[in-house]
Amino acid sequence: MTTSTPEFRRRRQLRFSFNRQQIIGLIWQIVVVGIAVAIVAFLWSNALHNLSVRRISTGFAFLSREAGMPIADTWLAYSPKDPYVRAFIVGIVNTLRVAVIGIVLATVLGTLIGIARLSSNWLLSRLAAVYVELLRDIPLLLQLLFWYVLMQGLPAARAAWRPIEGVFLSNRGLVLPSVPIAEANLWVIAAFAAGLIVLYVLRRQLMARQIADGKVRHIWPYALTLLLGLPALVSFSLGASWTVTMPELRGFNFVGGLTLAPEYFALLIALVTYTSAFIAEIVRSGIQAVPKGQWDAANALGLRRSFVLQRIVLPQALRVIIPPMTSQYLNLTKNSSLAVAVGYQDVVSIANTTLNQTGQAIEAIALIMMVFLTISLGISLFMNWYNARIALVER
Amino acid sequence: MTSITDAPENPSLNGARSRKTPGGPVIRWLRANLFASVTSSIISLLLIALLGKALVSLLQWGFLNAIWSLPGDQTGACRSIRGIGACWAVIPEKYRFILFGTYPFDEQWRPAVVCLIFIALFYVSSRRSWWRKELVLVWAAALVLIGVLMWGGIFGLSYVSQDRWGGLPVTLILATFGLAFGFPLGIVVALGRRSKLPAIRSLCVLYVELIRGVPLISLLFMASVMFPLFMPDGVNIDKLLRAQIAFVLYAGAYLAEVVRGGLQAVPRGQHDAADALGLSYWKKNGLIILPQAIRHVIPPLVNTFIAFFKDTSLVLIIGIFDLLTTAKTSIIDPAWQPFSVEVYIFVGVIYFLFCFAMSRYSRRLEAQARPG
Repeated sequence: MTTSTPEFRRRRQLRFSFNRQQIIGLIWQIVVVGIAVAIVAFLWSNALHNLSVRRISTGFAFLSREAGMPIADTWLAYSPKDPYVRAFIVGIVNTLRVAVIGIVLATVLGTLIGIARLSSNWLLSRLAAVYVELLRDIPLLLQLLFWYVLMQGLPAARAAWRPIEGVFLSNRGLVLPSVPIAEANLWVIAAFAAGLIVLYVLRRQLMARQIADGKVRHIWPYALTLLLGLPALVSFSLGASWTVTMPELRGFNFVGGLTLAPEYFALLIALVTYTSAFIAEIVRSGIQAVPKGQWDAANALGLRRSFVLQRIVLPQALRVIIPPMTSQYLNLTKNSSLAVAVGYQDVVSIANTTLNQTGQAIEAIALIMMVFLTISLGISLFMNWYNARIALVER
Repeated sequence: MTSITDAPENPSLNGARSRKTPGGPVIRWLRANLFASVTSSIISLLLIALLGKALVSLLQWGFLNAIWSLPGDQTGACRSIRGIGACWAVIPEKYRFILFGTYPFDEQWRPAVVCLIFIALFYVSSRRSWWRKELVLVWAAALVLIGVLMWGGIFGLSYVSQDRWGGLPVTLILATFGLAFGFPLGIVVALGRRSKLPAIRSLCVLYVELIRGVPLISLLFMASVMFPLFMPDGVNIDKLLRAQIAFVLYAGAYLAEVVRGGLQAVPRGQHDAADALGLSYWKKNGLIILPQAIRHVIPPLVNTFIAFFKDTSLVLIIGIFDLLTTAKTSIIDPAWQPFSVEVYIFVGVIYFLFCFAMSRYSRRLEAQARPG
C-alpha cells in the first residue's frame, strides 16, 4: 500500500521513523479500543452502583442457595429444596434432551424430504416443496404455540387416542410403553456400544484389505455377531429382564410407561419440523451440486440406483452439505430456548426464573452464555472433525 | 449420519425420463410424472389417498362446517362444533386488536397507513432500477413519516405513547429499523473483521461470535432485565426501544457474516487496483469493494432478512405487543379462548405472505445472478 504514496507526501513522512500507514493504524486501534473500553467501563460502573443500591451481591455464591423452584419435567432427581446449581444442571439436561433428539430426528426427516423434493414423482416433489415453503415462512415461535394449543386440545387422559396398543396421545402428552432400566440392562447397552466400536475398527481394516487385494469381504456376519450376539450373550448371562411395561390409565392419569409431557412433545415437534425444512433444502442443493456426469458414469458401470445414491452421490453431496448442516444444528440448539414460551423448563427458562427470584441478572445471563457457547463449540468441533474426515483427499 | 444412507431408494431421482408413450397429453403427463415405475406408482397412489383424506377433512373443518360470523360474544354455536368445524367468527371479532393492539380505536387508520407505507417501502427497495442514492432519502423520509403517524402530537394528530402501540406495525418497526441500523453496523463489523489491525479485528470477532453463540432470547432478556442495570440513575429507556437495540446488535452480527462472505468473493486484484489508484481506505471500500461484495450476497442477505423478520416474534417472551403477542392476547378473553387455532392460522397467513414474498424475490434474484 505504501508504494503508491505520492512523492510530495513522502517528504513529510520522513520525520517519523516508521511509516504513515502504521501510525494511522495505531491511532485507529487506540481510538476504537479506547471507545470500547470506555463504554464497558461506564456500563460496568453503573451496574456496580445499581447493584449496591438494590443490595444485590455480585458473584456466584447464590448457586448454593435453595432454589425453591419446582421443575415438572425432568430426568434427574430434583426437588425444590435443591440448590440453584442443581436446578441449572437439570435445565442443561433438559436442553440437551430436546436438542440431541431433535437434531437426530430433524436430520432423518429433513434428508427424506430433501430427497423427496428431487423425486421425479411430481406429486411427491410438489408436496415436499409445499412442506418446505410452508414451514420455513412461518415463525418458529408461532408454530410452537400452534402445536402446543393442538396438544392441549387433545382429549383428556380418559378418552386418549390409541393409535397402537400401549401408545396414548392425550392432553397429558404422549405415553409410550417402556422398559425399566436396571443395572443388567445398562451392561447390555454397553455391550452393544462396544460392539459398534469394534465393528467400526473392523470395517476400516476390511476395507483396507479389500482395497489392497480387490476381494470383496462382507461385513454383515461380523455385524450380526457383534450387534446382536454379544448383547444377547450379556443379557442371558446377567439375566436382564426386558419385559415391556404398558402404560395403564388409573384414575385421571397414566401409570407406567414413558411419558413425554405435552410441553416437551410440542417443542420437539416444532423444532424437528421447522429445522427439517431447512435441512431438506440443504440436502437438495447438496445432491444437485453433484455433477450429472457422476450419475452417468455410475450408470454406465451398471451399478444399481440405490448403490449409486449411497456410495457415489451422497458421499460427494455430504461435502457440500456438512458446513450448512452444522449451522442448522446450532440453530436448533439455540431455538430450543423457545421452550420458555410453553413452559418447558430448559436452561434458559430456569435462568430466567433464577433471575426473577434472586435478581442476579448478570450471573444468570453469563451462565446461559457459557452453556450455549460450550454446546456450540462442542457441535462445531464434532462437525469440523466429521467434515475433515469426509473431505476430498487430493493428491 | 447413517440416516442419509437409510433414505428410501428412489429409482427415479434422476429426473423425469421422456419416453414415447401412447395416449393423449394428459395420459402421457401422468405416466411420465406419476406412474413412471412401480415404486413411483405405489407412492403416487398412497399420496393421493392420504392427501385426499387430509384435504377432505380440512375442507370440512375449514369451510363446510365452519362458522363465519356470530352475534357478539355468543360463542355457544362455535363451541358445539369444536373439532368438527372452524370458528372463523373469531377473526372479524378480534382482527382490529390483532393487527393494531391497544392503539386508540378511532385512530387505528394511522397504524394501517404505516403498514401500507412499510409495504410500499419494501416494494420500492426491491426494484433494481431504484437502487441508487435517492433511495436513502426515500427511506429517511418514510421513517420520519412513520414516526409522525405513530406518535402523533403534531399536525393535529393526537399523541399516542409507545406502550399503546401493538400488532403488525410493531413487528414491521422492529424488523425494519433493526435492519436499517443493523445493516450499516454489519458492514462496518465485516470490514473490521477483515482489517489488518489486530485490535480492531479481535474486537469484531468477539462481538460477532458472542452474539451468534447465544440464543436471541437471552439477548432479549438482557435488553429487558439487564439493560436498566447498566444505565446511570434516572435514565429510563422505553422497553420497545431496548428490544430494538437488542435487535440491531443481533442483526448486525448476522449481517456482518453475510457481508464478510461477499468481501471474500471480491478478487484480490480489485484491492490492488484501488491501491494503485491511491484511493484511501474508505474510498477504496466504499466505491470499489463493497458495491461488488454486496452484489454477490444479495440472495443470502434476503434470506437473513426473512429469518430476522420471523425472529421479531420472539419479543412475545419479554411482553412486547408485536403481531404474535396481540394474537395470543386476543384469545385470553374466556368467550373466545377455545379458538386459538383459528387465530394462529390467521396470523400465520400474515407472516407467511411477507416471508413468502421475500423468499420468492430472493429466488428470482438468484436466478438472475446465475450465469447463462
